[in-house]
Amino acid sequence: MKQVVFWGTRGSLPTAMTGHDIREKIVSALVTANGRSFRNRAAIDEFVDSLPFAVSSTFGGNSSCVEIVADCPEHIICDMGSGARPLGQAKIARFGVPNPQTYHIFVSHLHWDHLMGFPFFTPMYIPGNRIVIHGCHAQLEEAIRLQMRAPCFPVDYSQAGAKIEFDLMTPGKPHFICGLNVTPKLQLHAGDSYGYRFDSVDKSVVYSTDSEHKLDDIESFDEFIRFFDKADLVIFDAMYSLAEAASVKSDWGHSSNVVGVELCQAAAAKKLALFHHEPIHDDKQLSRLFAETRRLEQITRGERAPLEIVSAYDGLIVEL
Amino acid sequence: MNLPIREQSGVLIVEVDGRIDHSIAEEFTRALEPLLANCRQGQAPVLLDFSGVIYISSAGLRVLMMASRQAKAQQGSFAIAALTPLVQEVFTISRFNLIVPCYASVDAACKVLGK
Repeated sequence: MKQVVFWGTRGSLPTAMTGHDIREKIVSALVTANGRSFRNRAAIDEFVDSLPFAVSSTFGGNSSCVEIVADCPEHIICDMGSGARPLGQAKIARFGVPNPQTYHIFVSHLHWDHLMGFPFFTPMYIPGNRIVIHGCHAQLEEAIRLQMRAPCFPVDYSQAGAKIEFDLMTPGKPHFICGLNVTPKLQLHAGDSYGYRFDSVDKSVVYSTDSEHKLDDIESFDEFIRFFDKADLVIFDAMYSLAEAASVKSDWGHSSNVVGVELCQAAAAKKLALFHHEPIHDDKQLSRLFAETRRLEQITRGERAPLEIVSAYDGLIVEL
Repeated sequence: MNLPIREQSGVLIVEVDGRIDHSIAEEFTRALEPLLANCRQGQAPVLLDFSGVIYISSAGLRVLMMASRQAKAQQGSFAIAALTPLVQEVFTISRFNLIVPCYASVDAACKVLGK
């Protein structure tokens, strides 16, 4: 595996920035510039790069869609949230039409925010393409077809030009796909969700979203430590604060940055990507959570090797 | 798990020390049980002196949340005091400072909770 590309990182619902949000960023940048002038575009870019991420950029608002770039010509994608739309466009732009491609899509679960991008995933309309949808839910095909049926969507599933196949996987069992061992794991979420561990000869990536961790369930905690064991990257549902996840949002099926750090530290994982961001959090709040998570890792590290923390955003590329 | 107890200004002060992590969370729960059973309206408030705690994990924080909930349901008073700076940071990052009453020191807590 070479890299992981985040196309959609928002939890539950695609989230758009407002005019007010953009205005606040512009005002912050101008206040920082404090009247200075710039000789050319390069000087402007240099200044923009020096600004905090929450001012110069955004975490984005597309729902879950992550691409794993492996050493094979086929494409590996986790979930089909609204991030699948720009992903599909990027593939068409890169490979053109006709230029048949194979896409392997691993579906964590069947909730809307993880499937809604599929009808907008342009490669599905192009004859010659092959799309294999992998998952562990018996209703996988039914759920994909359902959202492309009147009155939900104007284009019926039967209009798909690509050859679409479904692969029902067995949790806990490694499946050899695209030169990778892919192992699904059952997770606690309404209607069940599944995490996926991708192992190549020298790299491991875990995609674990929409997964609640009960703090008194030591057996489950140990299972996840084994699932994350020495992973190069763990993509983790950090939607809520620990206090929220354990109290008012208990049983809502999500986890926290604190549990992500604890599990990754115990599993000796190398990198943790905070993922499935809460839609009500703006860029400032997400940046604060990111900084706090890095600090938590620092003060709880002890004698362990450092765990690198990243906060996923739409467009982030993580080199493995 | 040994939790030394003393009384100050009518408040039951419970000394907690060391690491409160997943491996000890259950034992910590059991050790608090008899103290919480009496944490009711009209009884002495229970205050955990955390000055000796060097680390607390999510499982340890959960024990505190459950204890706070039980005390509240019994109309008793339960709080934590004297968190070390690093443990205070964990409380802030986890937002547990918003759901479990915390005081800067035992004396400050006793002024509020005591007779």
